[in-house]
Amino acid sequence: MVLLTRKIEFAASHIYHNPNLSAEENRRIFGKCNNPHGHGHNYTLEVTVEGEPDPVTGMVLDLKELKEILEREVMQRMDHRHLNYEVAELAGQIPTCENIARVIWQLLEPKITQGRLHRVRLYESPDLFADCYRNGASAAGKP
Amino acid sequence: MSSGEAMNNELKIELSRRYRFSASHRLHSPHLTEEENCRVFGKCNNPYGHGHNYVLEVSMSGDVDPATGMIANLADLDAFVERQVLGEFDHKSLNEDVPAFREKVPTTENLCIEIFQRLKSFPKAKLERIRVQETGNNSFEFAGDNLEGNRP
Repeated sequence: MVLLTRKIEFAASHIYHNPNLSAEENRRIFGKCNNPHGHGHNYTLEVTVEGEPDPVTGMVLDLKELKEILEREVMQRMDHRHLNYEVAELAGQIPTCENIARVIWQLLEPKITQGRLHRVRLYESPDLFADCYRNGASAAGKP
Repeated sequence: MSSGEAMNNELKIELSRRYRFSASHRLHSPHLTEEENCRVFGKCNNPYGHGHNYVLEVSMSGDVDPATGMIANLADLDAFVERQVLGEFDHKSLNEDVPAFREKVPTTENLCIEIFQRLKSFPKAKLERIRVQETGNNSFEFAGDNLEGNRP
């Protein structure tokens, strides 16, 4: 099995705030991520697809096609958007790295028909990222 | 707050955080002769040691709390890593200041194992693996006996 990874970057704003908690609790749990007018990041997304290279094309999947899927599903939805207010899939969720990575997995997984989605890694900054995998995939998925 | 958990218990989420510390070390084994130490460790055996800017990557897994959207609060993880590792390793001599390396050679392999032992008791999430980058060209990973933690 071969793993193929494509990287894209998008910029978005967000705020961490749970309306079911008091203002003090929000402040205590989320710290400056709870600042009332939100803030933003340059996110880096790495999408890894697993599969066997096609004997004719030598490709696990056509990178052009992956690029288009990422453009349509991620860039158009999230780039230069407010993740709390403009991304329907995140409605009602705190837009943490963990939740955004999972939403991106859910968006991409059904669209990738050549090969199979292996990992979504979302960096909020160079020092913080979340990975989303299929549960138990590691043993089988490790090349 | 919803979590999307119900439809997604087949997915596993990990959170990884990078930290930095600078430390010196000298690779030298008391079980080898001077010549053997020099041959095996090369310039890493130079008598007064040398240092690196290490990058530590800590990966945790767990359920995403629907109320916070988090596996673990980063402030808790940061405080734990500071207490268990950074406070004791940063701007120190690994050989002289970290008890484990009075017995073991402070290679980055052994450093990985030592850091994993120090972090595995984090109470809020499961430690999956750690990765230590010694330089931009060398990095090492350790997941304990947690085979699932060995991810590509």
